Amino acid sequence: MSEHTIKRYEDELNELKETVLSMGSLVEKAVRRSMKSLIEQDAKRARKVIERDRAINSLEIEVDEMTRNLLALRQPAAGDLRFIITTIKIVTDLERSGDLAEAIAEAMLQTEDHPLTHTDSLHNLADKAILQLQQALDCFAHGDADLAMAIIESDKKVNTLFKSLQRENLTYMMEDHRQITSGLLAYSIGKNLERIGDHAVNIAEMVVYMVRGQDVRHSSYKKAAALVAEDEQTKA
Amino acid sequence: MTKTNKPDVKIAVRNLNFFYDNKQALFDNTLDIVANKVTAFIGPSGCGKSTHIRCYNRMFSLYKGHRGEGEILFDGENILDPKVPELQLRHRVGMIFQKPTPFPMTVYDNIAYGLRLHGNYPQSELDDRVEKALRDGALWDEVKDSLRKPGTALSGGQQQRLCIARAIAVQPEVILMDEPCSALDPIATAKIEELIDELKKKFTIVIVTHSMQQAARVSDYTAYFYLGKLIEYDDTQVIFTSPQNQKTEDYITGRFG
Repeated sequence: MSEHTIKRYEDELNELKETVLSMGSLVEKAVRRSMKSLIEQDAKRARKVIERDRAINSLEIEVDEMTRNLLALRQPAAGDLRFIITTIKIVTDLERSGDLAEAIAEAMLQTEDHPLTHTDSLHNLADKAILQLQQALDCFAHGDADLAMAIIESDKKVNTLFKSLQRENLTYMMEDHRQITSGLLAYSIGKNLERIGDHAVNIAEMVVYMVRGQDVRHSSYKKAAALVAEDEQTKA
Repeated sequence: MTKTNKPDVKIAVRNLNFFYDNKQALFDNTLDIVANKVTAFIGPSGCGKSTHIRCYNRMFSLYKGHRGEGEILFDGENILDPKVPELQLRHRVGMIFQKPTPFPMTVYDNIAYGLRLHGNYPQSELDDRVEKALRDGALWDEVKDSLRKPGTALSGGQQQRLCIARAIAVQPEVILMDEPCSALDPIATAKIEELIDELKKKFTIVIVTHSMQQAARVSDYTAYFYLGKLIEYDDTQVIFTSPQNQKTEDYITGRFG
Protein backbone atom coordinates (compact mmCIF):
# COMPACT_ATOMS: atom_id res chain seq x y z
CA MET A 1 0.00 0.00 0.00
CA SER A 2 1.35 3.41 -0.92
CA GLU A 3 1.82 6.17 1.64
CA HIS A 4 -0.58 8.97 2.49
CA THR A 5 -0.12 12.24 0.66
CA ILE A 6 -0.19 13.92 4.08
CA LYS A 7 3.01 12.74 5.73
CA ARG A 8 1.92 13.73 9.26
CA TYR A 9 -1.15 11.50 8.99
CA GLU A 10 1.03 8.59 7.88
CA ASP A 11 3.36 9.24 10.84
CA GLU A 12 0.45 9.42 13.29
CA LEU A 13 -0.95 6.08 12.08
CA ASN A 14 2.50 4.48 12.34
CA GLU A 15 2.99 5.89 15.80
CA LEU A 16 -0.37 4.49 16.89
CA LYS A 17 0.57 1.05 15.63
CA GLU A 18 3.98 1.20 17.36
CA THR A 19 2.35 2.21 20.65
CA VAL A 20 -0.18 -0.63 20.50
CA LEU A 21 2.62 -3.08 19.74
CA SER A 22 4.75 -1.74 22.63
CA MET A 23 1.76 -2.17 24.90
CA GLY A 24 1.25 -5.68 23.52
CA SER A 25 4.85 -6.55 24.14
CA LEU A 26 4.60 -5.38 27.76
CA VAL A 27 1.49 -7.51 28.24
CA GLU A 28 3.15 -10.56 26.72
CA LYS A 29 6.16 -10.07 29.02
CA ALA A 30 3.86 -9.67 32.03
CA VAL A 31 2.14 -12.99 31.31
CA ARG A 32 5.45 -14.78 30.73
CA ARG A 33 6.99 -13.29 33.88
CA SER A 34 3.98 -14.05 36.05
CA MET A 35 4.19 -17.71 34.98
CA LYS A 36 7.95 -17.75 35.48
CA SER A 37 7.54 -16.34 38.98
CA LEU A 38 5.10 -19.16 39.68
CA ILE A 39 7.39 -21.89 38.34
CA GLU A 40 10.48 -20.56 40.05
CA GLN A 41 8.60 -19.44 43.17
CA ASP A 42 10.15 -16.02 42.71
CA ALA A 43 8.06 -13.54 44.76
CA LYS A 44 10.27 -10.62 43.75
CA ARG A 45 9.51 -11.21 40.09
CA ALA A 46 5.77 -11.53 40.86
CA ARG A 47 5.81 -8.16 42.64
CA LYS A 48 7.53 -6.60 39.65
CA VAL A 49 4.76 -7.85 37.38
CA ILE A 50 2.18 -6.23 39.68
CA GLU A 51 4.12 -2.99 39.76
CA ARG A 52 4.61 -2.83 36.00
CA ASP A 53 0.92 -3.16 35.23
CA ARG A 54 0.76 0.62 35.67
CA ALA A 55 2.89 1.08 32.56
CA ILE A 56 0.39 -0.99 30.57
CA ASN A 57 -2.50 1.08 31.91
CA SER A 58 -0.86 4.35 30.97
CA LEU A 59 -0.19 3.07 27.44
CA GLU A 60 -3.89 2.28 27.15
CA ILE A 61 -4.68 5.89 27.94
CA GLU A 62 -2.07 7.07 25.45
CA VAL A 63 -3.53 4.90 22.68
CA ASP A 64 -7.04 6.15 23.48
CA GLU A 65 -5.89 9.73 23.15
CA MET A 66 -4.18 9.02 19.84
CA THR A 67 -7.26 7.33 18.38
CA ARG A 68 -9.52 10.13 19.60
CA ASN A 69 -7.35 12.71 17.88
CA LEU A 70 -7.14 10.71 14.66
CA LEU A 71 -10.92 10.34 14.50
CA ALA A 72 -11.56 14.00 15.24
CA LEU A 73 -8.85 15.52 13.09
CA ARG A 74 -8.30 13.15 10.16
CA GLN A 75 -11.73 11.71 9.40
CA PRO A 76 -10.22 8.34 8.53
CA ALA A 77 -11.95 6.10 5.99
CA ALA A 78 -11.77 2.55 4.64
CA GLY A 79 -8.63 0.62 5.73
CA ASP A 80 -7.42 3.46 7.97
CA LEU A 81 -10.79 3.60 9.70
CA ARG A 82 -10.81 -0.17 10.23
CA PHE A 83 -7.27 -0.02 11.61
CA ILE A 84 -8.20 2.70 14.11
CA ILE A 85 -11.40 0.93 15.19
CA THR A 86 -9.33 -2.22 15.67
CA THR A 87 -6.84 -0.44 17.92
CA ILE A 88 -9.68 1.06 19.98
CA LYS A 89 -11.07 -2.42 20.57
CA ILE A 90 -7.86 -4.36 21.11
CA VAL A 91 -6.27 -2.03 23.68
CA THR A 92 -9.07 -3.08 26.00
CA ASP A 93 -8.21 -6.73 25.42
CA LEU A 94 -4.53 -5.99 26.01
CA GLU A 95 -5.18 -3.99 29.16
CA ARG A 96 -7.37 -6.77 30.58
CA SER A 97 -4.77 -9.38 29.68
CA GLY A 98 -2.30 -7.25 31.65
CA ASP A 99 -4.68 -7.30 34.62
CA LEU A 100 -4.94 -11.09 34.31
CA ALA A 101 -1.13 -11.38 34.38
CA GLU A 102 -1.19 -9.24 37.50
CA ALA A 103 -3.80 -11.57 39.01
CA ILE A 104 -1.57 -14.57 38.25
CA ALA A 105 1.32 -12.80 39.99
CA GLU A 106 -0.90 -12.12 42.99
CA ALA A 107 -1.93 -15.78 43.07
CA MET A 108 1.78 -16.69 42.96
CA LEU A 109 2.32 -14.73 46.18
CA GLN A 110 -0.39 -16.83 47.82
CA THR A 111 1.28 -20.05 46.69
CA GLU A 112 4.14 -19.25 49.05
CA ASP A 113 1.90 -20.50 51.86
CA HIS A 114 0.01 -23.02 49.71
CA PRO A 115 2.44 -24.48 47.17
CA LEU A 116 0.94 -25.98 44.03
CA THR A 117 1.52 -29.71 43.83
CA HIS A 118 0.49 -30.53 40.26
CA THR A 119 1.55 -27.92 37.75
CA ASP A 120 2.05 -29.77 34.43
CA SER A 121 -1.40 -28.96 33.04
CA LEU A 122 -1.02 -25.36 34.14
CA HIS A 123 2.30 -25.03 32.30
CA ASN A 124 0.81 -26.59 29.25
CA LEU A 125 -2.14 -24.20 29.33
CA ALA A 126 0.19 -21.22 29.90
CA ASP A 127 2.29 -22.17 26.85
CA LYS A 128 -0.80 -22.28 24.65
CA ALA A 129 -2.28 -19.01 25.97
CA ILE A 130 1.02 -17.17 25.62
CA LEU A 131 1.40 -18.50 22.08
CA GLN A 132 -2.12 -17.26 21.27
CA LEU A 133 -1.31 -13.82 22.62
CA GLN A 134 2.01 -13.66 20.80
CA GLN A 135 0.40 -14.72 17.53
CA ALA A 136 -2.45 -12.22 18.02
CA LEU A 137 0.12 -9.43 18.26
CA ASP A 138 1.98 -10.81 15.23
CA CYS A 139 -1.15 -10.94 13.09
CA PHE A 140 -2.00 -7.38 14.10
CA ALA A 141 1.54 -6.20 13.32
CA HIS A 142 1.57 -7.81 9.87
CA GLY A 143 -2.11 -7.59 8.98
CA ASP A 144 -2.16 -11.38 8.66
CA ALA A 145 -5.79 -12.53 8.51
CA ASP A 146 -4.83 -16.18 7.90
CA LEU A 147 -2.88 -16.31 11.16
CA ALA A 148 -5.81 -14.55 12.85
CA MET A 149 -8.15 -17.29 11.64
CA ALA A 150 -5.72 -19.93 12.95
CA ILE A 151 -5.83 -18.29 16.40
CA ILE A 152 -9.63 -18.33 16.39
CA GLU A 153 -9.52 -22.03 15.50
CA SER A 154 -6.91 -22.79 18.20
CA ASP A 155 -9.15 -21.46 20.97
CA LYS A 156 -11.02 -24.75 21.18
CA LYS A 157 -7.81 -26.50 22.24
CA VAL A 158 -7.16 -23.97 25.01
CA ASN A 159 -10.71 -24.36 26.29
CA THR A 160 -10.32 -28.16 26.30
CA LEU A 161 -7.04 -27.88 28.21
CA PHE A 162 -8.67 -25.64 30.79
CA LYS A 163 -11.57 -28.03 31.23
CA SER A 164 -9.23 -30.95 31.84
CA LEU A 165 -7.22 -28.86 34.32
CA GLN A 166 -10.46 -28.12 36.10
CA ARG A 167 -11.37 -31.83 36.31
CA GLU A 168 -7.86 -32.77 37.40
CA ASN A 169 -7.85 -30.21 40.23
CA LEU A 170 -11.28 -31.25 41.35
CA THR A 171 -10.04 -34.83 41.67
CA TYR A 172 -7.02 -33.77 43.76
CA MET A 173 -9.20 -31.67 46.01
CA MET A 174 -11.69 -34.51 46.52
CA GLU A 175 -8.89 -36.94 47.28
CA ASP A 176 -7.20 -34.68 49.83
CA HIS A 177 -9.02 -31.75 51.39
CA ARG A 178 -5.68 -30.20 52.45
CA GLN A 179 -5.18 -29.48 48.77
CA ILE A 180 -8.32 -27.39 48.44
CA THR A 181 -6.61 -23.99 48.78
CA SER A 182 -3.81 -24.80 46.32
CA GLY A 183 -6.35 -26.48 44.03
CA LEU A 184 -8.46 -23.35 43.99
CA LEU A 185 -5.36 -21.25 43.30
CA ALA A 186 -4.43 -23.51 40.38
CA TYR A 187 -7.99 -23.26 39.13
CA SER A 188 -7.99 -19.47 39.28
CA ILE A 189 -4.60 -19.22 37.54
CA GLY A 190 -5.89 -21.59 34.85
CA LYS A 191 -9.03 -19.50 34.46
CA ASN A 192 -6.91 -16.37 34.03
CA LEU A 193 -4.80 -18.07 31.37
CA GLU A 194 -7.91 -19.26 29.54
CA ARG A 195 -9.22 -15.67 29.59
CA ILE A 196 -5.95 -14.37 28.18
CA GLY A 197 -6.55 -16.82 25.32
CA ASP A 198 -10.05 -15.41 24.89
CA HIS A 199 -8.66 -11.89 24.65
CA ALA A 200 -6.15 -13.10 22.05
CA VAL A 201 -9.10 -14.49 20.07
CA ASN A 202 -10.89 -11.12 20.34
CA ILE A 203 -7.78 -9.43 18.96
CA ALA A 204 -7.59 -11.97 16.13
CA GLU A 205 -11.25 -11.37 15.25
CA MET A 206 -10.62 -7.64 15.05
CA VAL A 207 -7.59 -8.27 12.84
CA VAL A 208 -9.83 -10.20 10.41
CA TYR A 209 -12.09 -7.14 10.37
CA MET A 210 -9.13 -4.80 9.94
CA VAL A 211 -7.74 -6.73 6.99
CA ARG A 212 -10.86 -8.05 5.28
CA GLY A 213 -13.63 -5.74 6.47
CA GLN A 214 -15.58 -8.79 7.68
CA ASP A 215 -17.00 -8.94 11.18
CA VAL A 216 -16.48 -12.51 12.36
CA ARG A 217 -17.13 -11.94 16.06
CA HIS A 218 -19.63 -14.15 17.84
CA SER A 219 -19.71 -16.69 15.05
CA SER A 220 -18.32 -20.20 15.01
CA TYR A 221 -14.96 -20.77 13.38
CA LYS A 222 -16.69 -22.55 10.49
CA LYS A 223 -19.00 -19.61 9.87
CA ALA A 224 -16.15 -17.13 10.21
CA ALA A 225 -14.03 -19.06 7.70
CA ALA A 226 -16.98 -19.16 5.27
CA LEU A 227 -17.42 -15.39 5.57
CA VAL A 228 -13.76 -14.78 4.85
CA ALA A 229 -13.79 -17.17 1.87
CA GLU A 230 -16.86 -15.42 0.45
CA ASP A 231 -15.08 -12.09 0.81
CA GLU A 232 -12.00 -13.38 -1.00
CA GLN A 233 -14.14 -14.67 -3.83
CA THR A 234 -15.71 -11.23 -4.30
CA LYS A 235 -12.27 -9.63 -4.41
CA ALA A 236 -11.01 -12.10 -7.01
CA MET B 1 -17.82 -3.23 -10.95
CA THR B 2 -21.44 -2.32 -11.45
CA LYS B 3 -24.56 -2.05 -9.42
CA THR B 4 -27.28 -4.19 -10.89
CA ASN B 5 -30.59 -5.67 -9.78
CA LYS B 6 -31.27 -2.61 -7.66
CA PRO B 7 -34.89 -1.73 -7.06
CA ASP B 8 -36.42 1.07 -9.13
CA VAL B 9 -33.66 1.92 -11.54
CA LYS B 10 -34.24 5.46 -12.80
CA ILE B 11 -31.29 5.73 -15.15
CA ALA B 12 -29.50 2.71 -16.55
CA VAL B 13 -26.17 3.63 -18.10
CA ARG B 14 -24.80 1.03 -20.46
CA ASN B 15 -21.31 1.14 -21.99
CA LEU B 16 -21.17 4.89 -22.08
CA ASN B 17 -18.18 6.23 -24.01
CA PHE B 18 -17.66 9.93 -24.40
CA PHE B 19 -15.47 11.94 -26.74
CA TYR B 20 -14.29 15.54 -26.78
CA ASP B 21 -13.58 15.55 -30.53
CA ASN B 22 -10.94 12.83 -30.84
CA LYS B 23 -10.11 12.62 -27.17
CA GLN B 24 -11.97 9.90 -25.33
CA ALA B 25 -13.00 11.02 -21.82
CA LEU B 26 -15.25 8.17 -20.66
CA PHE B 27 -14.64 4.48 -21.16
CA ASP B 28 -17.44 1.92 -21.03
CA ASN B 29 -19.20 3.33 -17.98
CA THR B 30 -22.01 1.02 -16.90
CA LEU B 31 -24.10 1.69 -13.81
CA ASP B 32 -27.65 2.06 -12.51
CA ILE B 33 -28.94 5.20 -10.81
CA VAL B 34 -31.59 4.23 -8.28
CA ALA B 35 -34.80 6.24 -8.02
CA ASN B 36 -35.32 8.42 -4.92
CA LYS B 37 -31.79 7.87 -3.73
CA VAL B 38 -28.74 10.10 -3.70
CA THR B 39 -25.84 8.84 -5.79
CA ALA B 40 -22.48 10.57 -5.38
CA PHE B 41 -19.72 10.60 -7.98
CA ILE B 42 -16.23 11.06 -6.60
CA GLY B 43 -12.75 11.02 -8.08
CA PRO B 44 -9.76 13.28 -8.73
CA SER B 45 -9.99 16.23 -11.12
CA GLY B 46 -10.28 15.13 -14.72
CA CYS B 47 -11.57 11.66 -13.85
CA GLY B 48 -14.73 12.14 -15.90
CA LYS B 49 -17.33 12.47 -13.16
CA SER B 50 -18.65 15.83 -14.43
CA THR B 51 -18.44 14.66 -18.04
CA HIS B 52 -20.48 11.63 -17.04
CA ILE B 53 -23.18 13.55 -15.16
CA ARG B 54 -23.51 16.05 -18.01
CA CYS B 55 -24.51 13.22 -20.36
CA TYR B 56 -27.70 12.68 -18.35
CA ASN B 57 -29.25 15.87 -19.74
CA ARG B 58 -27.18 15.91 -22.96
CA MET B 59 -25.49 19.16 -21.95
CA PHE B 60 -22.65 18.23 -24.31
CA SER B 61 -24.85 18.77 -27.36
CA LEU B 62 -24.23 22.51 -26.90
CA TYR B 63 -20.73 21.94 -28.23
CA LYS B 64 -19.80 20.67 -31.64
CA GLY B 65 -17.59 17.61 -31.69
CA HIS B 66 -18.65 16.39 -28.26
CA ARG B 67 -20.41 13.07 -28.49
CA GLY B 68 -21.58 10.23 -26.31
CA GLU B 69 -21.90 6.60 -27.39
CA GLY B 70 -23.65 3.71 -25.69
CA GLU B 71 -26.95 3.94 -23.86
CA ILE B 72 -28.40 6.08 -21.12
CA LEU B 73 -31.78 4.53 -20.48
CA PHE B 74 -34.02 7.00 -18.68
CA ASP B 75 -37.02 4.93 -17.59
CA GLY B 76 -36.04 2.62 -20.43
CA GLU B 77 -35.70 5.28 -23.14
CA ASN B 78 -32.23 5.95 -24.56
CA ILE B 79 -31.76 9.70 -24.10
CA LEU B 80 -28.55 9.71 -26.16
CA ASP B 81 -30.84 9.20 -29.15
CA PRO B 82 -31.07 12.62 -30.89
CA LYS B 83 -34.76 11.92 -31.47
CA VAL B 84 -35.41 12.59 -27.77
CA PRO B 85 -36.08 16.37 -27.68
CA GLU B 86 -33.59 18.28 -25.54
CA LEU B 87 -36.11 20.69 -24.06
CA GLN B 88 -38.25 17.83 -22.82
CA LEU B 89 -35.18 16.03 -21.47
CA ARG B 90 -33.95 19.06 -19.53
CA HIS B 91 -37.42 19.53 -18.13
CA ARG B 92 -37.13 16.07 -16.66
CA VAL B 93 -33.52 16.44 -15.56
CA GLY B 94 -32.71 19.59 -13.60
CA MET B 95 -29.20 20.74 -12.91
CA ILE B 96 -27.38 22.73 -10.21
CA PHE B 97 -23.88 24.07 -10.80
CA GLN B 98 -20.85 24.85 -8.69
CA LYS B 99 -21.42 28.59 -8.70
CA PRO B 100 -24.95 29.74 -7.92
CA THR B 101 -26.42 31.11 -11.14
CA PRO B 102 -29.48 33.21 -10.27
CA PHE B 103 -31.00 35.05 -13.23
CA PRO B 104 -30.65 38.86 -13.10
CA MET B 105 -34.26 39.29 -11.99
CA THR B 106 -36.30 39.17 -8.78
CA VAL B 107 -36.42 36.18 -6.45
CA TYR B 108 -40.00 35.59 -7.59
CA ASP B 109 -39.21 35.77 -11.29
CA ASN B 110 -36.24 33.46 -10.92
CA ILE B 111 -38.68 30.72 -9.95
CA ALA B 112 -41.55 31.84 -12.20
CA TYR B 113 -39.29 31.97 -15.27
CA GLY B 114 -39.19 28.25 -15.87
CA LEU B 115 -42.86 27.85 -14.97
CA ARG B 116 -43.85 30.45 -17.55
CA LEU B 117 -41.74 28.63 -20.17
CA HIS B 118 -43.36 25.28 -19.49
CA GLY B 119 -46.97 26.27 -18.89
CA ASN B 120 -49.50 29.04 -18.96
CA TYR B 121 -50.54 29.36 -15.34
CA PRO B 122 -53.02 31.93 -13.97
CA GLN B 123 -51.34 34.37 -11.52
CA SER B 124 -52.79 32.75 -8.39
CA GLU B 125 -51.49 29.32 -9.41
CA LEU B 126 -48.14 30.78 -10.37
CA ASP B 127 -47.92 32.36 -6.88
CA ASP B 128 -48.73 29.00 -5.29
CA ARG B 129 -46.15 27.18 -7.35
CA VAL B 130 -43.45 29.77 -6.61
CA GLU B 131 -44.18 29.51 -2.90
CA LYS B 132 -44.16 25.72 -2.99
CA ALA B 133 -40.85 25.63 -4.85
CA LEU B 134 -39.30 28.07 -2.39
CA ARG B 135 -40.64 26.03 0.52
CA ASP B 136 -39.29 22.80 -0.98
CA GLY B 137 -36.00 24.61 -1.55
CA ALA B 138 -35.93 25.50 2.18
CA LEU B 139 -35.75 29.21 1.32
CA TRP B 140 -39.34 30.47 1.75
CA ASP B 141 -39.00 31.62 5.36
CA GLU B 142 -35.92 33.65 4.50
CA VAL B 143 -37.27 35.36 1.35
CA LYS B 144 -41.06 35.53 1.75
CA ASP B 145 -40.84 39.25 2.54
CA SER B 146 -38.35 40.05 -0.20
CA LEU B 147 -39.73 38.25 -3.24
CA ARG B 148 -39.35 41.42 -5.31
CA LYS B 149 -35.69 41.89 -4.47
CA PRO B 150 -33.10 40.80 -7.02
CA GLY B 151 -32.02 37.16 -6.68
CA THR B 152 -28.42 38.27 -6.89
CA ALA B 153 -28.84 40.22 -3.62
CA LEU B 154 -29.16 36.98 -1.64
CA SER B 155 -26.19 35.36 0.12
CA GLY B 156 -24.24 32.63 -1.69
CA GLY B 157 -26.00 29.83 0.17
CA GLN B 158 -29.41 31.40 -0.41
CA GLN B 159 -28.62 31.88 -4.12
CA GLN B 160 -27.76 28.19 -4.38
CA ARG B 161 -31.04 27.23 -2.68
CA LEU B 162 -32.81 29.65 -5.05
CA CYS B 163 -31.27 27.73 -7.96
CA ILE B 164 -32.43 24.45 -6.41
CA ALA B 165 -35.94 25.91 -5.93
CA ARG B 166 -35.89 27.09 -9.56
CA ALA B 167 -34.87 23.62 -10.72
CA ILE B 168 -37.57 21.84 -8.71
CA ALA B 169 -40.31 24.35 -9.61
CA VAL B 170 -40.78 22.66 -12.98
CA GLN B 171 -41.02 19.29 -11.23
CA PRO B 172 -38.16 17.37 -12.77
CA GLU B 173 -37.62 13.68 -12.02
CA VAL B 174 -33.87 13.82 -11.61
CA ILE B 175 -31.67 16.58 -10.17
CA LEU B 176 -28.01 16.69 -11.15
CA MET B 177 -25.72 18.63 -8.84
CA ASP B 178 -22.21 19.43 -9.99
CA GLU B 179 -20.25 20.39 -6.85
CA PRO B 180 -23.17 22.41 -5.47
CA CYS B 181 -21.43 23.39 -2.24
CA SER B 182 -17.85 24.06 -3.26
CA ALA B 183 -18.39 27.84 -3.16
CA LEU B 184 -20.30 27.78 0.14
CA ASP B 185 -19.31 28.02 3.81
CA PRO B 186 -19.91 25.04 6.15
CA ILE B 187 -23.26 26.32 7.45
CA ALA B 188 -24.66 27.01 3.97
CA THR B 189 -23.27 23.60 2.96
CA ALA B 190 -25.05 21.92 5.86
CA LYS B 191 -28.33 23.55 4.82
CA ILE B 192 -27.94 22.27 1.25
CA GLU B 193 -27.07 18.81 2.53
CA GLU B 194 -30.13 18.80 4.78
CA LEU B 195 -32.17 19.92 1.77
CA ILE B 196 -30.76 17.10 -0.37
CA ASP B 197 -31.93 14.64 2.25
CA GLU B 198 -35.45 16.08 2.01
CA LEU B 199 -35.45 16.31 -1.79
CA LYS B 200 -34.67 12.65 -2.34
CA LYS B 201 -38.17 11.76 -1.17
CA LYS B 202 -39.47 13.35 -4.38
CA PHE B 203 -36.52 13.30 -6.76
CA THR B 204 -33.62 11.13 -7.82
CA ILE B 205 -30.39 12.96 -7.09
CA VAL B 206 -26.95 12.58 -8.60
CA ILE B 207 -24.21 14.69 -7.05
CA VAL B 208 -20.64 15.27 -8.14
CA THR B 209 -18.45 16.32 -5.24
CA HIS B 210 -14.79 16.88 -4.48
CA SER B 211 -15.50 16.50 -0.79
CA MET B 212 -15.39 12.85 0.12
CA GLN B 213 -16.88 13.67 3.49
CA GLN B 214 -19.83 15.25 1.71
CA ALA B 215 -20.31 12.14 -0.42
CA ALA B 216 -20.18 10.08 2.78
CA ARG B 217 -22.69 12.34 4.51
CA VAL B 218 -25.34 12.77 1.83
CA SER B 219 -25.31 9.81 -0.51
CA ASP B 220 -26.79 6.33 -0.50
CA TYR B 221 -24.52 5.08 -3.27
CA THR B 222 -21.07 6.21 -4.28
CA ALA B 223 -19.25 5.75 -7.57
CA TYR B 224 -15.49 6.25 -7.84
CA PHE B 225 -14.18 7.37 -11.23
CA TYR B 226 -10.58 7.43 -12.35
CA LEU B 227 -9.27 8.35 -15.80
CA GLY B 228 -12.73 8.10 -17.32
CA LYS B 229 -13.38 4.64 -15.96
CA LEU B 230 -15.87 3.63 -13.30
CA ILE B 231 -13.61 1.90 -10.79
CA GLU B 232 -16.07 0.98 -8.08
CA TYR B 233 -19.76 1.53 -7.38
CA ASP B 234 -21.45 0.39 -4.22
CA ASP B 235 -23.38 1.39 -1.12
CA THR B 236 -21.74 4.52 0.32
CA GLN B 237 -21.22 2.71 3.60
CA VAL B 238 -19.28 -0.05 1.85
CA ILE B 239 -17.17 2.39 -0.20
CA PHE B 240 -16.11 4.29 2.91
CA THR B 241 -15.53 1.36 5.24
CA SER B 242 -14.50 -1.60 3.08
CA PRO B 243 -13.97 -0.71 -0.57
CA GLN B 244 -13.14 -3.72 -2.71
CA ASN B 245 -10.79 -2.02 -5.15
CA GLN B 246 -7.30 -0.92 -4.11
CA LYS B 247 -7.58 2.22 -6.27
CA THR B 248 -10.72 3.28 -4.41
CA GLU B 249 -9.05 2.53 -1.08
CA ASP B 250 -6.03 4.67 -2.00
CA TYR B 251 -8.22 7.59 -3.06
CA ILE B 252 -10.58 7.42 -0.08
CA THR B 253 -7.74 7.21 2.43
CA GLY B 254 -5.70 9.99 0.85
CA ARG B 255 -2.91 7.83 -0.55
CA PHE B 256 -3.54 9.05 -4.04
CA GLY B 257 -0.78 10.55 -6.18
